Amino acid sequence: MFSSLLQAIVSGLMTGSLIALPAIGFTTIFAVLRYPSFAIAAYMTIGGFAGIYANQHFGMGIVALLLLAAAVAGLVGLLAEQAVLGPLRPAGALTAAIGSIALNVVLENILRFSFGNDLQGFNLPIHPDMRLGPIRVGSQQLQNLGLAIAVMAAVFLFLRYSRFGRAMRAVADNADLARLKGIDPKIICGVAVALGAALAGVGGALLGMDTSIDPLTGYRVLLSVFAAAVLGGLGSTPGAVLGALAIGVAEEASLLVVPATYRGAIAFFAILAMLTFRPRGLLGERST
Amino acid sequence: MASYVLFTLTIGGIYALLALSLNLVWGMAGMVNLGLAGFFAVGAYASAIATGAGAPVILGWLLAIACGVVAGLVITFATLRLRDDYLAIVTLGFGEVVRLVALNERWLTKGADGISGIPGPFKQALGQTGFPIFYCVLVSVIVGGVWLALRRLDLSPYGRTLKAIREDQELARFAGKPVLRFKFEAFAVAAAIAALAGALYGHFQSYISPDHFQSLITIYIFLAVTAGGVGRPLGAVVGAYAVVVFLEATRFFADVLPGLQPVQLAAVREMLVGAALLVVLLCKPTGLLAERIAPAAPYRKSR
Repeated sequence: MFSSLLQAIVSGLMTGSLIALPAIGFTTIFAVLRYPSFAIAAYMTIGGFAGIYANQHFGMGIVALLLLAAAVAGLVGLLAEQAVLGPLRPAGALTAAIGSIALNVVLENILRFSFGNDLQGFNLPIHPDMRLGPIRVGSQQLQNLGLAIAVMAAVFLFLRYSRFGRAMRAVADNADLARLKGIDPKIICGVAVALGAALAGVGGALLGMDTSIDPLTGYRVLLSVFAAAVLGGLGSTPGAVLGALAIGVAEEASLLVVPATYRGAIAFFAILAMLTFRPRGLLGERST
Repeated sequence: MASYVLFTLTIGGIYALLALSLNLVWGMAGMVNLGLAGFFAVGAYASAIATGAGAPVILGWLLAIACGVVAGLVITFATLRLRDDYLAIVTLGFGEVVRLVALNERWLTKGADGISGIPGPFKQALGQTGFPIFYCVLVSVIVGGVWLALRRLDLSPYGRTLKAIREDQELARFAGKPVLRFKFEAFAVAAAIAALAGALYGHFQSYISPDHFQSLITIYIFLAVTAGGVGRPLGAVVGAYAVVVFLEATRFFADVLPGLQPVQLAAVREMLVGAALLVVLLCKPTGLLAERIAPAAPYRKSR
C-alpha cells in the first residue's frame, strides 16, 4: 500500500508537471486579458499535432519539435485573439469565454478534418523504465519532466525580469495605471496570448510524447488544467504550478480507489471543494 | 416525409425548451451555464430510470424536474458568490462529469450501452402514426406554456430585477434586492426546464446513451439563443427551431461535398456550428429578435 501510494505521488508529480504548462498559459491569459480562455484546449492539441508532424515527416529531435509546437500554437493563439476573441472582449468576459468555446470547436474540427480521429504517436526511441526500489519511472517521463521544468524556469525568468514580463504583471495588476505609465495594453495582451498559447502547445506536445495525440487531446485534460489554475488561484503563475502538481498527485492517487475513467471527475470535485472552502486558491487574488 | 417533419418539429421543441432555459440564466440574469447538456442528461436519465422501475411517465417527468433543481442548486451552491468566470468553469465541468457518471455507473445507467425501451406515453394506444403526432403536439404545447410563463416573468418586476442584476449586480444589491436569492432561483428554474427537456427527449427517442449528451449540444443552444436574440424568450424559441433546421440541412452535405470521408463531413458540420456562433457574436450580438427594452415611463409633473 505504502509503495503504491509513493508510486502514485511520483507519477502524479510527472503528469502534474505536464499539466502545469497549459495551466500557466491559461492563468497568464486570464491575468492579463481577464477572461477564461477555453481555447487553451485547442492550442494544446495544435501544439501536439505540430510536434507529431515535424517528428514524423522531418524526424525532428525533441527540443526542435517543442520549439516548433510553441511557435505554431503561439501564432494560432495570437491570430485568433486578433481576429476573433479580441473584438469580443469589450462585450464582457463571459462573451469572450463563450467565443473561446466556439473557437475551440472550430480549431478542433480543423484538426479532425486534416488528420482524422485516429490516435497518433511520436516516433521516438523507446527506453526501458527505470526502477528505484519499488518505484517505476519511465525514461521518457523523466525527460519530459526535465523539459517541463526548463520551460517553467524560462517563463519565470521572463515574467520576473524582462521588460515584457514586468509590463505584463503591471497590466494584470491594474490596466489603467499601466497605461498611464506608457505601457501599450494592446501589445501586452498580444504577448500574453502568444505566450499562453505557446505554453499550451508545448504542454500538448509533451503530453503527446507521454501517450498519443488525437483531436480531443487538449479537451480531455481541460478540466485538469482549470483545476490546476483554480487550485493555485486564478491569475497566479506559481499557484498554477502548485495546483497542477496537486491535481496530478490527486488524480494518480484516486486511481487506487476509483476506476481510471473517473479521472476527469477528480479535477471537477477538486474545483468544487476549493471554491467552497478557499475560493481564492492557494496563492490567488480575491475571487469575488 | 410527414414523419420527418414531425420528428424535426419535436426535436426543435425540445431544443426550444433548452434555449428557454439558457435564455433565463444567460439572457435575463447574466449568468452562464456551459453544462446545459449535463442538466439535459440528468433529466433524461432520471425519468428513464424511474419509469424503467415501473413509475408512470408523469411521475418520471416530475422526478426529472426535481433532479434538475437539485443538480442546479448543488452546482451553484459554492460558485454564485464568486465572480462569473468560476460559474463558467464549474458548469463546464458538471456537463463532463454527468457523462462520466452515465458511462461508468453501469448498475444505474447501463453505461455506454444506454437505456432502451423507455416508454412513450400512450404509445400503444396511439400506434405508429398517432404517437408522433400526439408527442409533437404535446411538446409544442409545453414549449408554448413555458414560453408564456417566461414572457410573463420577463415583463414582471421579478424579470426586471433579474435584468438589473445582469446589468449591475452591485447596483441591484444597493437597491435592496437579495441578489444571491434571485440568482439561485433563476438558475434552479432554468435547470428544471433543461431537465424536463431531457425527460421529453428520452421518452420520445425511447433510447438514451451518454453519446446523446455531448457538450456540443450546449454550443447548439448557445447558437440558438444568440442568433435568436439574447434576453427575449421568443428569440430563444425561434433560434432553437432555426438551429435544428440548420443541423438537419447539414445532413445533405454528403451530396454537396462528394469525396469527403464521413469523419471529415462531421468535422465540417461541427466547424460550421462553431463558426456560426462566432459570426453571430461578432456581427449581430443582439440576435435576430433583439431584446425590447421598454422606454422609461414618461415623466409627469405632479400637480
